[in-house]
Amino acid sequence: MIPGAKRWLVIAVILIAIISAFSKQFNSYYLSIAIDVGINIILAVSLNLIMGHTGQFSLGHAGFMAVGSYTAASFTIACTKHVPESAAPFLLLGGLILGGLLAALCGLAVGVPTLRLRGDYLAIVTLGFGEIIRVVFQNMEAVGAASGLSGIPNHTNFFWAWSTAAIAAYAIAALVNSTYGRGFIAVHDDEIAASAMGINPTRYKVTAFVVGAFFAGVAGALYAHHKQTINPTGFDFMKSFEIVVMVILGGMGRTVGVIIAAILLTILPEMLRAVADYRMIIYSLLIIIIMMARPQGLFTLRSNKGANT
Amino acid sequence: MTDQLQQLINGLALGSIYALIALGYTMVYGVLRFINFAHGDVFMLGAFAGYFLAEPVAKVIPPQSYLGGIVVLMLAMLICALLGVVIEFLAYRPLRKRPKLTVLITAIGVSLFIEYTCQHKKVFGASPRVFPELIPNTTWELGGLVIGSAQVIVLVTTILLMIALTFIVQRTKIGTAMRAVAFNPQAAALMGVNVNHVISFTFGLGSALAAAAGILFAMNYASIDPLMGVQTGLKAFVAAVLGGIGNLPGAALGGLLLGVVETFAGGMKGISNYRDAIAFGILILILMFRPSGLLGKQQTEKV
Repeated sequence: MIPGAKRWLVIAVILIAIISAFSKQFNSYYLSIAIDVGINIILAVSLNLIMGHTGQFSLGHAGFMAVGSYTAASFTIACTKHVPESAAPFLLLGGLILGGLLAALCGLAVGVPTLRLRGDYLAIVTLGFGEIIRVVFQNMEAVGAASGLSGIPNHTNFFWAWSTAAIAAYAIAALVNSTYGRGFIAVHDDEIAASAMGINPTRYKVTAFVVGAFFAGVAGALYAHHKQTINPTGFDFMKSFEIVVMVILGGMGRTVGVIIAAILLTILPEMLRAVADYRMIIYSLLIIIIMMARPQGLFTLRSNKGANT
Repeated sequence: MTDQLQQLINGLALGSIYALIALGYTMVYGVLRFINFAHGDVFMLGAFAGYFLAEPVAKVIPPQSYLGGIVVLMLAMLICALLGVVIEFLAYRPLRKRPKLTVLITAIGVSLFIEYTCQHKKVFGASPRVFPELIPNTTWELGGLVIGSAQVIVLVTTILLMIALTFIVQRTKIGTAMRAVAFNPQAAALMGVNVNHVISFTFGLGSALAAAAGILFAMNYASIDPLMGVQTGLKAFVAAVLGGIGNLPGAALGGLLLGVVETFAGGMKGISNYRDAIAFGILILILMFRPSGLLGKQQTEKV
């Protein structure tokens, strides 16, 4: 563990609280982007646990996000009528935990049957799971089918998004840097050697999936209460890919790099709005160019870790 | 009974399109060990090539004739073969020695680039277009079964192309070289095989098959758009994995299986809305029991 990490967490949360107190004075467009950034940081650090630290390629992260999103939104919509206005933060907290737990359950469901697969096969199966989740939501009348859920109360503010991001980053870093967490790195570096040393790779892979899915679910819950409308197409393969790009650009397994990448890649598309017609063409070209120029990630100075998978 | 037979025919027509695309995925995977995510977009470009070729070809050869259809198909295959070679040369060749993940992300990047460029209003535009009738469209009725000429052509063309592919891979010098590179690139290079040429050829061959699939698909469903390759490409990839990736008969089998199952599921009440998820459901189910696909060989890990 980085020395004094807990202190950093406390400082970060206090800072976020202070900034949040003044949030009314910011331009609401910028504030909204800032909240998006916070949510994307949670997504990126949670996928980084699966991809960067444990070395499992997952292309279905948006699926977990969808589960958390829909669960939390349905929960708050159902409860809003029965509780007083002042209980809103508790409702959101309940939604976050519920969404996270259900997403974690889905993570378990994906992890257990697919743990025998590796590399490309795993990637395609996670992609498949993400698609299945999307199609299921697309057909569930209870959550609005293809048109999605709307009228979700707006509970996510700057404080919630960023303090959850700080907690997620801290929790995952603490997990990876614990004695138990060394197992993730061992599985990442060499699965066979790890199992020869008595580490059960399967257990670590499943743990990574479950924890990663939990935080993706939490991020989804925050997302639903920020956007106020969600629909299945918002959680498609493209969204999963965006998160993957954040992890890769940040340098797999490098928490700080991944956070910076999440910030950059959330702001970049907004900046490209001026050239709306060419926005996505530029975005995809940038991905190709970066992959050729700096495959080890933008913020990796030494390429000793994560670059060899 | 007739209903089931009808579904089977529709399923086989769809399945053979999946199979043609899956062959491209599997060949590239066999030789380079990576998923060419842009392959579904080459399929789309093939359909668009057919769309734009139909008119000029009709000026030379009377429209809606079989000869005209064949010429359009051949030209589109040629164009896409060149495109495949160019994509490989520009995007993948510089990354030949890089980690697989890097190449995979680049491939997704290339795929997005093609999709968004083609959706741009100065290129194809985002709205769907009606594919011209390349050949006279007739339907036959056989004891309650309705068979369209497009379906027959899909099946016949697929069979012919597969025979041609088998011949190329098994009997020609370049096919032997392909198999050698797939088996062991270093050893093949030591034996005098030009690995770069073989890889270019593989991309060209796979892209030509994808283009053929694109035109057959467009003939069957009449409407084309720049995103038509996304779902179809994904499913074809599932077909390739289903059969055991890197295995040519496996890709054909996986494609046909997927097409038939999907068509049957689409006809069933209750689950018809889930047809897009069914391909993945089958994939996960099969991989749980056979982690390397139906016809794939289990590889032991070397330590």
